[in-house]
Amino acid sequence: MRPAPASRALILGARSVIAQSLAHQFAAKGVALVLAARQSEQLTPVAADLRLRYGVDVDLLEFDALDLDSHASLADRVRQEAGPWELVICVVGCLPDQQLARQDGNIAEQVLATNFTAVAVCLGHLANDLEARREGGMICLTSVAGDRGRQSNYIYGAAKGGLNLFLQGLRNRLAPAGVHVLTVKPGFVDTPMTQGLEGLFLVASPEKVARDVLVAWRKGRDVLYTPWFWRWILAIIRLIPESIFKRLSL
Amino acid sequence: MTSIRIKPRPTCGWGRYPVVTSVVQRARWLDDLRLSLDRQVTLAQGRLRSYGDAGLAPSVVSTLELDRFLHFEPGTGVLEVEAGITLDQILRFVVPRGWFLPVTPGTKHPTIGGCVAADVHGKNHHVDGSLVSHVETLTIVTAEGDTIRCDRSEYADLFWSCFGGMGLTGFVYSVRMQLLAIASDRIEVVTRRTRDLEETCDILQSTQTQHRYSVAWLDILHRRRRGRGLVMLGDHTQGTSMNAHGPRTIRFPALGPRLFARPVLQAGNAAYYRRQLRRMRHSKVHYDPYFYPLDGLRDWNRAYGRPGFLQYQFVVPFAGGLDCMRAFLDRICHTTTCTLAVLKTFGDGQTGPLGFPQPGWTLALDFCQTPKSIRALQDATSLITDAGGRLYLAKDAIMRAEHFADMYPRAQEFLAIKRRYDPGNRLRSALSDRLGIT
Repeated sequence: MRPAPASRALILGARSVIAQSLAHQFAAKGVALVLAARQSEQLTPVAADLRLRYGVDVDLLEFDALDLDSHASLADRVRQEAGPWELVICVVGCLPDQQLARQDGNIAEQVLATNFTAVAVCLGHLANDLEARREGGMICLTSVAGDRGRQSNYIYGAAKGGLNLFLQGLRNRLAPAGVHVLTVKPGFVDTPMTQGLEGLFLVASPEKVARDVLVAWRKGRDVLYTPWFWRWILAIIRLIPESIFKRLSL
Repeated sequence: MTSIRIKPRPTCGWGRYPVVTSVVQRARWLDDLRLSLDRQVTLAQGRLRSYGDAGLAPSVVSTLELDRFLHFEPGTGVLEVEAGITLDQILRFVVPRGWFLPVTPGTKHPTIGGCVAADVHGKNHHVDGSLVSHVETLTIVTAEGDTIRCDRSEYADLFWSCFGGMGLTGFVYSVRMQLLAIASDRIEVVTRRTRDLEETCDILQSTQTQHRYSVAWLDILHRRRRGRGLVMLGDHTQGTSMNAHGPRTIRFPALGPRLFARPVLQAGNAAYYRRQLRRMRHSKVHYDPYFYPLDGLRDWNRAYGRPGFLQYQFVVPFAGGLDCMRAFLDRICHTTTCTLAVLKTFGDGQTGPLGFPQPGWTLALDFCQTPKSIRALQDATSLITDAGGRLYLAKDAIMRAEHFADMYPRAQEFLAIKRRYDPGNRLRSALSDRLGIT
């Protein structure tokens, strides 16, 4: 089923490059935006740009994903400060150096908290709001890294994999209420998160990812791999038996 | 701001010469420009559409992600944008709203920040001056990390020195300018065919007051009538459409062997000259092919092969200018092959201390990059300085430091301003090192 078009979207983690590409895609379709992030005042030029280019309403909202207690009131805050909203686009995430995260428990905790706990708690609250209204939907970015644990990236991967499961459950739960959930699994994207990393290949532009997300959303897809070939790459990686996989250096 | 794990890569300007190995950090916010100073960055970099080494340094901050529209007044045509936005993006935004760039170079791919640094001029210089005449305000991040909004009255010295200052006085964050109102996207063009250099110059000069845009393409490979060509005169005109240009381009396939041999070029020039058989032709075209004919072929600089090419643009005063150009062409055409020659006039627009334009003839010439052509051009440069002319730093890759001081009499004034805002002399480029602008 195709989701109904939204009038206003809430973008969580709006300072990220992918979030801004998504903002352009949705604003170009006339969707008003609420850009939520830490240091949201830094987004003032982004908001001005989106208003001028597309003539849509854009509001800024101070939002710290790790401040879990604040999430319960988020849905109402958006309504009060901007207006009614139907769509959540969650781009919250971080990717520190895996070597550091292996040594330092605090960094590992931060990776898990940002990529999984914070997002799950926040989307849980917003889901309650949408379910009660029986409208709207959610788009959440996870990662192809969440499809199988690899030695090079398993802490981040575990958080994203957990989020994949969380979103599956949420989709299942919200389907009767007509609330659609889209899981987006990008491969490598050319952003500050990946700049300078070793061993990158098939790197996609943030604009390409954002275009794919918009199309998948309008078609009512459940899970999007972007660019498309990652679906097949991951299908093969998942098929490798664990007894062999554990000896590979991926 | 990105972290410090970035690998150095070879970078070059549009001429593909010289090549400088460089760490490129990306700025996404105003703050990043300031933060980059703590990471040894010495220059802001845009799309690298300057031809030589003006945009190159071992450690730079890229402004390409600072590409936002900040303010626009549809009634008055005042536009403020971040430095990394390209003219292409600006045109797509402003043309459908009935406005046009007040000054545009011959390509729409540079960033507005780069245009400020080079104080670009267009085919309308004799009427409208260079970019500086249309900019109201700049926001600059200085080498000291201060964010300064400057205009003609506040921090005027900084404002003027940024135009033509090749990025050596600070990082441009935003540019506020006055756009030009247009009635349609069409340009009315009059193309006049000329017999020789003298007639080309006559027509350029005699039509100055009649047309907003004027430029001449020259066939300088013709033996007897060197400098014959086509003078293209243009004006914005009435029409029914107000559409920005489309995305339609062809990409030059790959870096291969150099494609230019003298007989091929001679034949090509002759064919282009004969494109028009009548002495005068009237037409009405979209602004895209008129202003940006080469943008239709992306990466056309690949045609020069791996060594790349040189563009050499100078201006000489009207008095004695024609003789100087003749002497220069005589000297150059014996030793090296010129692939493209474009001539226009400069009026007396305002300039900053390192501004390029001055009233006179400006001739832009393209050459294959070879040791021989570099030497020939360096040697012939004294003809330009003797005539009271100068070279355009945005195109230059080869000038010697001693010539720079002769050409830019206000260089000391510029350096005094640079020292005021950059006392540690942190802002540097390959060009400033070569020419001793420190």
